[in-house]
Amino acid sequence: MKRKGLLYFSIILIGCVFLIRLFYLQVLDNAYHNPIKNNSAVKVKYSYPERGYIYDRNGVLLVANQLSYDIMVIPREVKPLDTIEFCSLLKITKKDFIKKLNRAKHYSTRIPSTFLAQVSKNDYAYLQEKMYKFKGFYIQKRSLREYPINSAPNVLGYISEVNENIIKKKSYYQLGELIGTAGVEKTYENVLRGTKGVQFIQRNRFNKEVGSYKNGIYDTLPIPGKDINITIDTKLQQYGEALMKNKRGGIVAIEPATGEILALVSSPTYNPNLMVGRDRSKYFTKLYLDTINKPLLDRGLQALYPPGSPFKIMIALAGLQEGVITPASTVRCFGGYRYGNRKNAFMSCHCSTHGSPVNLDKAIYRSCNTYFATTYRKIIEKYPTSAEGMDAWNKDITSFGLGKFLNNDLSVGKRGLIPNGNYYNKWYPNVRWTATYNISNAIGQGEILTTPIQLANMTAAVANRGFYYTPHIIKKIQGTTIPEKFKKIHKTAIDKKYFEPVINGLFNVFEKKHGTAHSSRVNGIEICGKTGTSQNPHGQDHSIFIAFAPKDNPKIAIAVFVENGYWGSRWAGPIATLMIEKYLKGKTSRPYLENRMLTGSLQDEYDKQLIEEENEK
Amino acid sequence: MRNRTNNIFYGIDWVLVLLYLALIFLGWLNIYAASVSENHTSLINFSTEYGKQLIWIGLSFPLIILILIFDAKFYTKYASLIYLGSLLSLIGLFILGKNINGATSWYSIGGISIQPSEFAKAATALAIAKLVSDKQFNLKKLNTQFQAFLILFLPAILITLQPDPGSALVYTAFIFVLYREGLPLYYVLLGFISATLFVITLYFGYKLTLLASLIVFSIIILYFVFYRTKALKRGWLRLVGIYLIAIFYIFSVDFVFNHVFEQRHRDRFNILLGKTTDIKSIGYNTNQSVTTIASGGFFGKGFLQGERTQGNFVPEQQTDYIFSTVGEEWGFVGSATVILLFVVFCLRIIHIAERQKSKFSRIYGYSIASIFFMHFTINIGMVTGLLPTIGIPLPFFSYGGSALWGFTVLLFIFIRLDANRTNEW
Repeated sequence: MKRKGLLYFSIILIGCVFLIRLFYLQVLDNAYHNPIKNNSAVKVKYSYPERGYIYDRNGVLLVANQLSYDIMVIPREVKPLDTIEFCSLLKITKKDFIKKLNRAKHYSTRIPSTFLAQVSKNDYAYLQEKMYKFKGFYIQKRSLREYPINSAPNVLGYISEVNENIIKKKSYYQLGELIGTAGVEKTYENVLRGTKGVQFIQRNRFNKEVGSYKNGIYDTLPIPGKDINITIDTKLQQYGEALMKNKRGGIVAIEPATGEILALVSSPTYNPNLMVGRDRSKYFTKLYLDTINKPLLDRGLQALYPPGSPFKIMIALAGLQEGVITPASTVRCFGGYRYGNRKNAFMSCHCSTHGSPVNLDKAIYRSCNTYFATTYRKIIEKYPTSAEGMDAWNKDITSFGLGKFLNNDLSVGKRGLIPNGNYYNKWYPNVRWTATYNISNAIGQGEILTTPIQLANMTAAVANRGFYYTPHIIKKIQGTTIPEKFKKIHKTAIDKKYFEPVINGLFNVFEKKHGTAHSSRVNGIEICGKTGTSQNPHGQDHSIFIAFAPKDNPKIAIAVFVENGYWGSRWAGPIATLMIEKYLKGKTSRPYLENRMLTGSLQDEYDKQLIEEENEK
Repeated sequence: MRNRTNNIFYGIDWVLVLLYLALIFLGWLNIYAASVSENHTSLINFSTEYGKQLIWIGLSFPLIILILIFDAKFYTKYASLIYLGSLLSLIGLFILGKNINGATSWYSIGGISIQPSEFAKAATALAIAKLVSDKQFNLKKLNTQFQAFLILFLPAILITLQPDPGSALVYTAFIFVLYREGLPLYYVLLGFISATLFVITLYFGYKLTLLASLIVFSIIILYFVFYRTKALKRGWLRLVGIYLIAIFYIFSVDFVFNHVFEQRHRDRFNILLGKTTDIKSIGYNTNQSVTTIASGGFFGKGFLQGERTQGNFVPEQQTDYIFSTVGEEWGFVGSATVILLFVVFCLRIIHIAERQKSKFSRIYGYSIASIFFMHFTINIGMVTGLLPTIGIPLPFFSYGGSALWGFTVLLFIFIRLDANRTNEW
């Protein structure tokens, strides 16, 4: 009977609709299933562990904690309040108050967010008494960073409040929490941070807390952050910072046997203690907007320049490895190198060995352009095509960590550039290019770009006679070991036997009377080094120096780079040798030179350059 | 045949009784969960709602016996009188009624409140059964249709005036009964189409609906022009008439919604249709209830373990929103069980109704199946967020003496009628 069916059918249909709806709500729709999220019945309270301390390699405390007080707000619990009193207590304007409250509302009306961060201890004392008047606001204790030693801000980095982008990417963080945003604080964020503790509290619909949620089975205790030791030698670092005062540039010192970074100086620098507390953003903005001095640029890691003469070491080693020269090979230098018929196809040389045969040793210590141009050309021309020669050369050079990211534990870095055959094929698509097209590469100019840390690492690889460890900043993590990748040997493409003749040349840079760094010689320390002058199209050339010492069983490899420092032995050489002396002996023996370096300033040079740049515009 | 006066339980349908007991028991467990607090831990405590409900349940057993003691003929004979008495009790509310939560639906007698509209359903069902089972009665005729609708409209209008439109809405359930007994199909279609047009007009606005109806109408005309030319010639006037009525209806829906409904009614529809989202004030109940049900997951959080139930997050949870307790504490398993229990319960009533030899018993059974079904649909639909907020109780589950007794009376009159079916030769 048809008419009987309608009610039957309706009942079964509605029953099915309800079953599907319930299945969707209770089983499929995950939005509701997290016992904590989307559950207004449960209030979440966090307890923040103390962030790990940072010590240097000798156990000197670099970063500690101090207590700070944050004013938190839960917008929907805010009741009408005496805004004027509240603002005057917090020392903010009414406009700020409205802005901050709206920001919190925009984020969430239920979840607490930071209303005002890092209130001083004195303000806290007043506030604590009055806080009961302001419903929806409460004070949360948190620890802030403190820097007992005003040094190495570029290495240590800083922590700052997470922004909404970070929250989206990393679910651990909530608005108002802190995260390491630069330096070691960033790279070792997870180690230093620890894990915040969570407490879930059951509430009824009037938001009254009625006890622990499910007797606290989901609650966790905070796990304190771990302390770490970094590889920096604070005394050396501070000395380097003092030497670089009033100069722009960077120093990178590495222990060749381990790859540990002993000093990483960037100048100009800033006081890390100013990056803490309520004035942080004001101060940060000031540093950030200083596009002339760029104090936030870590010049040791990020400054890309043609390396200049120190790169000749690479040409020498590649030449030996490729078999195009031997230590005894000679070249006659007539004040320069002619690589074409055109009048200006001439690379001048100031090795002042006019006419006499120059061997590898002499070529290095007198920094003969002609010799390395010849060698470079021989390498490239050894292969059927220039591109293949360029590729072989590139392989030798990049095995020293040049032209690629070091992939270490520093939060910033630059790749640099060591061109290969393809690079020039693209550059000269329709031309059969030859070594003379890019002969400046031979003397570390041309297309080549390196950072000071890459040069320091290259020096360490030379000091080690053919291998290096990735330069890194972590020395010890409390309770665990440092990452395996920093214990791995990277072998260069150059055989060990080819290093000795080159190192001898580098030694003679100091020892021979006409060595380019003879004036920086230190009694009692066998230093090997190489001066460099990086041509700068915009102003005075940059002063570069790389060195390692002692010659046998080296303890330190260093790269110094001073912007607009004229030439290598004028600024970078003395600074490098003073650093080596300080590190190896603990004291320096050349008071006059030391004083000249400490008090010397290149500010006039920078001002002059700035005016010129302005005029050009 | 045995003389059944010796045994009042003779011939009653135990399946239905067991289903009834199961629903009552599960209902009480959830009322307990929803209203228990740490201050009242003893099971029998008459100051709490679960304690009071226990009394209502206890008192419903003498009531059942009373219903069963009466002879089946009593109900057929006095159906009209019972109906009239019920109407009087509804009218009396306007003089003696007590206003609770904005509706004058209650008599207050010595601290106990009784809601006559809960009993009016049984009375109306008896009256309809009496009227329609009359051998002279023919639902194809307009004047008899009018009589039937009058019987339904009188209590419905009185209840709407209380105002308790939710309870009045239940009377639409009788359309199933009348259709079963021969009411022409177009009444059902009319009801269905007007409900659909109502929702569409609210959702898309009257302009779009008019446009859509014009398109649909044009397609129908085209169909007739090409395939049923003869039918069109005979019936074009009727088609145009229907279309004009539809247009009038769409306009009036818009008018009623915007000018006759109060804001609170509009809000309920707007939230349900997703036109406004508001989880704070108006939509709060539904949002809390849906969240609570969903938070139960597949297996639920366990009896008395639902933190949203225990935290009293859902307003009116022990009355209209009792199902959210089931959802949270018993999960999908529990709530699906309750849904299935109700479905089986309604189907069982229909099944028994269809086997009645007496037309009166059959119509009465059909009526109560429809009423239970309507309550079930509207209540669960509201609690799970599928229907707008219409406050009517879930039979046997929701807290409240009148509702429980009303449903008990409704059911056991039928059980009594059914027990007598063998005597109906």
